[in-house]
Amino acid sequence: MVIEALKKENVDVIFGYPGGAVLNLYDQLYDADIRHIMTRHEQAAVHAADGYARATGRPGVVFATSGPGATNLVTGIATAYMDSVPLVLITGQVSSPLIGTDAFQEADIFGITLPITKHNYLVTELADLPRIMKEAFYLAASGRCGPVLIDLPKDIQQAEGEFRYPKTVQIPGYNPTYDGHLGQINRAIKALARAKKPVLYAGGGVVSSGAHELLLELAERTETPVTTTLMGLSAFPGCHPLSLGMLGMHGTYWANIAVNEADLLIAIGARFDDRVTGKINRFAQGAKIVHIDIDPAEIGKNIRVDVPIVGDVKRVLTELLKKTEAKQHPEWLARIEELKNCAPLVYCQEPEGELLPQFVIESIYRETKGEAVITTEVGQHQMWTAQYYKFKNLRSLASSGGLGTMGYGFPASLGAQLGRPEEIVFCIAGDGSFQMNSQELATAVNYNIPVKVAIINNQYLGMVRQWQQIFFRRRYSSVALEKGPDFVKLAEAYGAVGLRAEKAAEVAVVIRQAMAIPGPVVLDFRVRAEENVFPMVPPNCPTCEMIRGDEE
Amino acid sequence: MKYVLAVLVENKPGVLVRVAGLFARRGFNIESLAVGKTVDPAISRMTIEVEADEKTLEQVVKQLNKLINILRISNLTHEPSVNRELVMIKVKANATNRAEIQQIVETFRAKIVDVSLHSVIIEITGNEEKLEAILLLLSHYGILETVRTGKIALLRGSKVIKNGEVKENDKDVL
Repeated sequence: MVIEALKKENVDVIFGYPGGAVLNLYDQLYDADIRHIMTRHEQAAVHAADGYARATGRPGVVFATSGPGATNLVTGIATAYMDSVPLVLITGQVSSPLIGTDAFQEADIFGITLPITKHNYLVTELADLPRIMKEAFYLAASGRCGPVLIDLPKDIQQAEGEFRYPKTVQIPGYNPTYDGHLGQINRAIKALARAKKPVLYAGGGVVSSGAHELLLELAERTETPVTTTLMGLSAFPGCHPLSLGMLGMHGTYWANIAVNEADLLIAIGARFDDRVTGKINRFAQGAKIVHIDIDPAEIGKNIRVDVPIVGDVKRVLTELLKKTEAKQHPEWLARIEELKNCAPLVYCQEPEGELLPQFVIESIYRETKGEAVITTEVGQHQMWTAQYYKFKNLRSLASSGGLGTMGYGFPASLGAQLGRPEEIVFCIAGDGSFQMNSQELATAVNYNIPVKVAIINNQYLGMVRQWQQIFFRRRYSSVALEKGPDFVKLAEAYGAVGLRAEKAAEVAVVIRQAMAIPGPVVLDFRVRAEENVFPMVPPNCPTCEMIRGDEE
Repeated sequence: MKYVLAVLVENKPGVLVRVAGLFARRGFNIESLAVGKTVDPAISRMTIEVEADEKTLEQVVKQLNKLINILRISNLTHEPSVNRELVMIKVKANATNRAEIQQIVETFRAKIVDVSLHSVIIEITGNEEKLEAILLLLSHYGILETVRTGKIALLRGSKVIKNGEVKENDKDVL
């Protein structure tokens, strides 16, 4: 019944790991015409489904067994929940009569995932199953997207019944608002017409709504610079003259100063996260704030908002563009140009010197012409990717933004590659993060998923080390990874290709080599150990007070 | 300040946990919570008393609204409504002061529902002021145990809660 429902939902790939409580499900899968990717750890299955969902916009589907299988999903579910990624997760559960008896491999995954799912279900009657499946897919991918979990006891998997898949869903307590309030939209249009120093601040909502073209149109027509969050990076072309790049803790100097000086800030599908705002009561103090978001609970949660617009970003921008007139802001753009020149993103790669991580990432950008699908792990390499890789296409970045999950990027790249088989997929990783799910090399080789893993190997947990250096007087506590494995040999042990670069001249060579290989490749870039990510806003400081890194 | 919310929810397993869990993890305070079925057995009504400032209350309502099983939320705090709570109070009592206690009980229009050699159980319904008043008086005799149902509230007049707003009654009453 589950499999039939998945077919109705046009699911083409499932990520999962079998076990005792899903034997029936896997038995049905044996004959089904749906691809199943068996990862080597349930956590990787969720991340892979998450990467698939971010790269394609379609919900990712996950199977796992009861107990430990289900609890291994938790980190991945929380990751997807924080970043509003549509997932449908189906976990096996012990038979109904055994629930609550501490049976073998029993865990209350319904209770455990309550706070980290958009909604979840424990199926108690077979008759409810088709409706629940239908609702799960609808809930996951509508409104503000998110993960939905279905806990399915073994006896219900075994039971047989008539399968009637509902055509429509009726969920009385769920009515997302898609159309923005016209009065508020008009206020936003007027504010934009009056503004002298406007900034557009775009988040993941622009990506999930598919509103990138409208954003570009709005920016160009009103000559308004655009800064994005980490989640919004692929929503606006990084090379565009109006692009300010990312804002926030490791945002560009000019993006943060521009927001600080702006008289109008239009937040689009973004949520004023603490990594973006720094000290909240000093954020965009001089600006009138317009906030467009599909989730009413985000509006006014962190910051006072002057013009609240609840609705789908795409529909709201369409409406907004109807009456928005063309405008020029030569003085404002000149000021931003001045800021860009004042503190550009720079590094100095000596040809024979130590390899710099920024150079490696910029080389990946150059060699892929900004056309690759990129996933990242979490840490310094993630921030350098945000700074130096200029994203061109929508949904070309999958990165754990809200939860900041190390171990996300590599399995996510597998999912992204399966969702977009024709494209080059790079996972930019750290040597620490990669080791959290490096067992997935087996999955990559098993299914010949040709992802390229670029390990920015600084032999440290770099971001933690950076904080210890700056805020804890270089007392490096448990951050050294110098005994870490030989990644080339590790790749080879799994049957993948491993390549290494230690000098600047080798970087482009190995990247090109990797792209020419039709299977998974691990690239070990041995970079300078104590390189820091700048600019940096120290915690609880206003974003205009950045450490720029050139002070010393 | 204290706010009173009337929340209509689908009568499904786990709904109470969802509501209680949401309050806990977002750091909201529940003063009291009472739940029961409505005329429609598929729908339950919760009366939740919240201690919060205005901004927090707005978040409470918005976050509650995101729960799929929640149908309607209305803020009864500033609406003319009848607020009641039932309390049972076990008080030390003996032959000498039982009559005196009986008199207090009558004054408050409460009831004695159990009598033993050394104690009585008093049942009383009312609003917060009345309950606090009798508790204060009875504490003089020694309160052994109390139990409260939590506040319940209903709009005055023929007004009903519909679509989260307060409206004049038409036929669709829950």
